[in-house]
Amino acid sequence: MISTYLLVIVVLPLAALLWESKKNGGHAFWQVVTSPEALSALKLTFGASFIVVLINAVLGTVTAWVLVRDDFRGKSVVNAVIDLPFALPTIVAGLTLLALYGPNSPVGVHLAFTRAGIVVALCFVTLPFVVRTVQPVLLELDVEMEEAARSLGAGRITVFRRIVLPNILPGILSGSVLALARALGEIGSLVVLTTGLLNTQVVSVFIYNKVQDGETPAAAALAMVLLGAAFILLLAVGALRFFVTRYERA
Amino acid sequence: MPRRLALRATALLYLTVILLAPLAMVFYRAFQSGLEPVWQALSDPNTVHAFKITLIAAAIAVPLNTVFGVLCGLAIVRRRFRGKGLLNAFIDLPLAVSPVVIGLSLYLLYGRSGWFGPWLTAHGFQVLFALPAIVLATIFVSVPFVAREVIPTLRELGNEQEQAAATLGANRWQRFWRITLPSIRWAVIYGVVLTTARCLGEYGAVAIVSGRIEGSTETATLRVDGYLNNFNDAGAYAVSLVLATTAVLVLVAMTTIRPREGRL
Repeated sequence: MISTYLLVIVVLPLAALLWESKKNGGHAFWQVVTSPEALSALKLTFGASFIVVLINAVLGTVTAWVLVRDDFRGKSVVNAVIDLPFALPTIVAGLTLLALYGPNSPVGVHLAFTRAGIVVALCFVTLPFVVRTVQPVLLELDVEMEEAARSLGAGRITVFRRIVLPNILPGILSGSVLALARALGEIGSLVVLTTGLLNTQVVSVFIYNKVQDGETPAAAALAMVLLGAAFILLLAVGALRFFVTRYERA
Repeated sequence: MPRRLALRATALLYLTVILLAPLAMVFYRAFQSGLEPVWQALSDPNTVHAFKITLIAAAIAVPLNTVFGVLCGLAIVRRRFRGKGLLNAFIDLPLAVSPVVIGLSLYLLYGRSGWFGPWLTAHGFQVLFALPAIVLATIFVSVPFVAREVIPTLRELGNEQEQAAATLGANRWQRFWRITLPSIRWAVIYGVVLTTARCLGEYGAVAIVSGRIEGSTETATLRVDGYLNNFNDAGAYAVSLVLATTAVLVLVAMTTIRPREGRL
């Protein structure tokens, strides 16, 4: 029963996509994917997503550290706000960023309709991932280990590099992979923050525009690229989980 | 000590710039020109209809995915069967795939030249560019949330209590309703909150399959976009205000439930 539900809701539609792109043949697929418009969208999407994932890997880890090891008034509110991107519709996120960093910006920052705007929007939607994967690991981490290292003369940086980082690295990596998947597919916030122009068109907007223009084969080709990336990233998360549990058992 | 303060400042500054300031901005902008335009936009029949469509889609998707999530969690944690790995992988897929790809897939399946399209049209069912497609898209994007919350809780729970109940003569239903469900209830509720938030906020998939006909197949998120395209910023902010308020309520609910579920 469960399988039937998943088959009808998830698998069949994706199979239809696979069928459509197969029907058009490999040659047509390459022609679309290597067209200048598609290439620029692909480069922009993957480039911006990687930058954003790096930013959130570092700042997400810092945030998780502050939430676990630091103590200050209002910490519980900050902890709650982390999940905002999961709760707020992405189109509203785009609108808020436009209000703050758009043409009528009260702080005098104009990022709308630029590539920097895309990076900011993707930072917003992917912020919780690394924080929420690193936070539980840090909480479980024994402070005594670090204290022992300090008492043996290790500096702060050595303690972080040799003790903390190896423990939280799987968390950082799996959070980053999930964030990457999320960033590659983002559309809602970017619809508001970018124009349809070539230099700020990400893959998801490209697909959307092609569907509106009735060019489904082109849309299907790039959708296959995103679907393939999603599969690979899910496999990566699965592999990470597998290695971590095996390592812990051993 | 200064190092600690520097880290704290870095984290708080980042959160302010990326999360807090934009959120505050919605509330500020919505009320910037007073209550009148907000009320005008929200009482517009097309806006009311858009919220209605969103609520209908959520009202169908949330219960279905809750039942599915619990059953799926039980199957994955408690049973051994072929294709379990595959099932596990496919549940997560909607989290990793772009909503636009999901929308396009449904478009291709139920469209004019799709596998189901012609048959459905011949029998008088309008799926694409109508409510059924919006519902299907909403269900697709919100499939994983309850299952993802229930699975770890079930793993930790074990099944000793259920076995004890079974030896005392409780049947399957009694075991499920009296033991399993009460033990996982906070995980289920947390999952329901996440599912609801995802359903209300869906944009990409619905934008493709709904045809975005004003007053007919527009959802609340599409209405925001529609207002923006018509250069009616006040309208866009008014609808966003409602959605952002809902998001804040969702956050409050998440924060209340989390400790009961034994999480951070």
